[in-house]
Amino acid sequence: MLLTVGKRRLPAKKTKRKKEVLVSGLRQIAFYGKGGIGKSTTSQNTLAALAEMGQRILIVGCDPKADSTRLILHSKAQDTILHLAAQAGSVEDLEIEDVMKIGYRNIRCVESGGPEPGVGCAGRGVITSINFLEENGAYEDIDYVSYDVLGDVVCGGFAMPIRENKAQEIYIVMSGEMMAMYAANNICKGILKYANSGGVRLGGLICNERKTDREYDLADALAKRLGSKLIHFVPRDNVVQHAELRRMTVIEYAPDCKQADEYRTLAKKIHENAGKGVIPKPVTMDELEDLLMEFGIMKKEDESLIGKAKVEEEAAVCV
Amino acid sequence: MERTEKAKSQNADNVLDHFNLFRQPQYLEMFEKKKCEFENPVPAEEVEKIREWTKSWEYREKNFAREAISINPSKACQPLGAIFAAVGFEGTLPFVHGSQGCVAYFRSHFSRHFKEPSSCVSSSMTEDAAVFGGLNNMIDGLANSFSLYKPKMIAVSTTCMAEVIGDDLNAFIKNARDKGSIPQDFDVPFAHTPSFVGSHITGYDNMMKGILSYFWDGKAGTVPPLERKPVDRINIIGGFDPYTVGNMRELKRMLSLMGVNYLILSDNSDVWDTPTDGTFRMYDGGTKLTEISDAIHSKATVSIQGFCTEKTISYINEKGQQTAVFHCPIGVRATDAFLMEISKLTGKPIPEELEKERGRLVDAIADSNAHIHGKRFALFGDPDMTLGLTGFLLELGAEPIHVLCTNGGKEWEEKAKTLLEASPFGKNGSVYAGKDLWHMRSLLFTEPVDFLIGNTYAKYLERDTGTPLIRIGFPIFDRHHHHRYPIWGYQGGLNVLVWILNKIFDEMDKNTIVPAKSDYSYDIIR
Repeated sequence: MLLTVGKRRLPAKKTKRKKEVLVSGLRQIAFYGKGGIGKSTTSQNTLAALAEMGQRILIVGCDPKADSTRLILHSKAQDTILHLAAQAGSVEDLEIEDVMKIGYRNIRCVESGGPEPGVGCAGRGVITSINFLEENGAYEDIDYVSYDVLGDVVCGGFAMPIRENKAQEIYIVMSGEMMAMYAANNICKGILKYANSGGVRLGGLICNERKTDREYDLADALAKRLGSKLIHFVPRDNVVQHAELRRMTVIEYAPDCKQADEYRTLAKKIHENAGKGVIPKPVTMDELEDLLMEFGIMKKEDESLIGKAKVEEEAAVCV
Repeated sequence: MERTEKAKSQNADNVLDHFNLFRQPQYLEMFEKKKCEFENPVPAEEVEKIREWTKSWEYREKNFAREAISINPSKACQPLGAIFAAVGFEGTLPFVHGSQGCVAYFRSHFSRHFKEPSSCVSSSMTEDAAVFGGLNNMIDGLANSFSLYKPKMIAVSTTCMAEVIGDDLNAFIKNARDKGSIPQDFDVPFAHTPSFVGSHITGYDNMMKGILSYFWDGKAGTVPPLERKPVDRINIIGGFDPYTVGNMRELKRMLSLMGVNYLILSDNSDVWDTPTDGTFRMYDGGTKLTEISDAIHSKATVSIQGFCTEKTISYINEKGQQTAVFHCPIGVRATDAFLMEISKLTGKPIPEELEKERGRLVDAIADSNAHIHGKRFALFGDPDMTLGLTGFLLELGAEPIHVLCTNGGKEWEEKAKTLLEASPFGKNGSVYAGKDLWHMRSLLFTEPVDFLIGNTYAKYLERDTGTPLIRIGFPIFDRHHHHRYPIWGYQGGLNVLVWILNKIFDEMDKNTIVPAKSDYSYDIIR
């Protein structure tokens, strides 16, 4: 009698592949921040430094531009999960090896990818990609998962990395510019939505120096106002630009330079910040503007400055 | 207004049903006029020419090269399966986070198949929810559902809309709890079931896993996770099963005959077969909520339809249980394998009574073999059911020629091929994964078969291609009460055998219907 008909035992491979239980001790972090603030550069340099410390790292780029891994891979942009899925027919037709590339110091890189600007739904792309990675065991045998998320938390899809059992700490890359601070505050609102029901916390602010007025003080004050801390103040250094043109991190391009040490310090601080995240206390727009006044960037109660061009302002002073 | 005798369509003494009414001359005239005046018709010969061309091999090749369109795919979407799984639990209200229209479809689909009311609520998301997120819909929806329908548990699934905007069920339900929509200790398991991924069997799997992991892993962080203490009992999961009413009862009968200590996870045989005795039962029967927690301790879990439980079975495996997976066991061989596995897992012997039933099925098959042997069949349906039916047809000496499964993938394809290759009756058979009913149409025209097995939608194929249809599958809308009959086990095999035979004999009778002309033999006996 044939017993094999209609009976099916799960092959061992399948069980392993579909493993979703996350290995305890896995650190999951995410970088958020205003577009163009240097998230990808900062995160890749920091992660390169973490890799230098012996950490096994997976980068999950959650930006349709797919530029979160170029410095690690030395490539223009890697093939993204969604691009490959579209070619293959559906995401179920993909294997993890198809989408994961290995870069500097064995850092594993995936890019979720997404639609062309102006069409489709990039947020859904992030959800699809992260589900795919989890279901296919991409999180096995690593110490760190880092999500690099575009701009702001514009919709539910971009909040995927901060859902429960995903990123434990969020690091917000910002600067002393008004709009970067707005964005940082907005991201805190997003984190707060999920923090009470889940485990996500604000790890801290990373200030990427733009040489604005009293930048350090302002960033530090905003961090405190948000109930968090300024993890690190990354000074501006042109070597970052030089490395970037070569599609490299500073850690790899000029390991002995001062800037590389800055990223190493940041990496160390993030590494030691495990479990020290907080539930952020986002401030109102008025409070944010008050902060700027406090640091003398805007004159207090000086309504006359609002909407006035520089020449007008100077003319007014001359009188 | 006075109408002329001619224009009067109906007569109170003899009210015509629309079937006949629309054949009256005034209607025929109207249809013809409408066609000429408004439908911009091409000449009838041209239509006929194209129709003939679509029956050709040339068209078949074009049809199979088609990439950008599905025509009549034989599958439904995830939330349908999620609801199917959810209603199998005691007092459970399925709650679909999404628009009302989706839920109306799920409810009507089940009601038309089972001829029973199908209770399910939606969070009624509209445009503002799409923009601002569905959190408020979840908060109000859970509060309303809880107070209006007094369920013991609410099982939440999602639709396309909620998934595209990225609503996070875990966080939303926690928020709703904190806002007091539902008591802190009220059970609300959930599953993300994007309709645009997989099919209804994926949704069944997701919801089943969602419910088990909710109860086993600490009810979304509200209580400590359960610790497994193995006991001598087996869990059974039926999968998405159109014959659930008959099958579940047959399954329980067989297991009771064996004296097996078992627990069925999701038993919807009562909720879709409520008696008419003056009491409306919104919920009826089902797996008790305490039993869901108990199920973690069972020594093994048996999935009767493996393609409906891929993630669930993996999850249960990880918890340390043995697992065994079948594919809709229809017929002698498949039932043998199922019962022997149960016997192996539990140490209980297969009783004489079941052995006798087996013998009776073998006897019945032998009695009718002359009529089924060598008949060519096309069939389609869900992955597990097509495997089960293919196995049974081969056992009967019938030849499965086209085996098609819209929601079947590579793994299904391999299994179906292996099944066909293992029998001499399978050597002419081909397997079509991911294809739709328009592909099936081409297959039926180019490589005709004697009979087609499929769901109600195959009716159009029957009319189009003239292939007699045997209705087995989901949904069956145009025949009543089939779901009350089991198709699993030896008794189930008997039912399927009879359904197939009835059609064979009906066709034979149709072919010999003219008195004194085509009735050469003594047609009273077949």
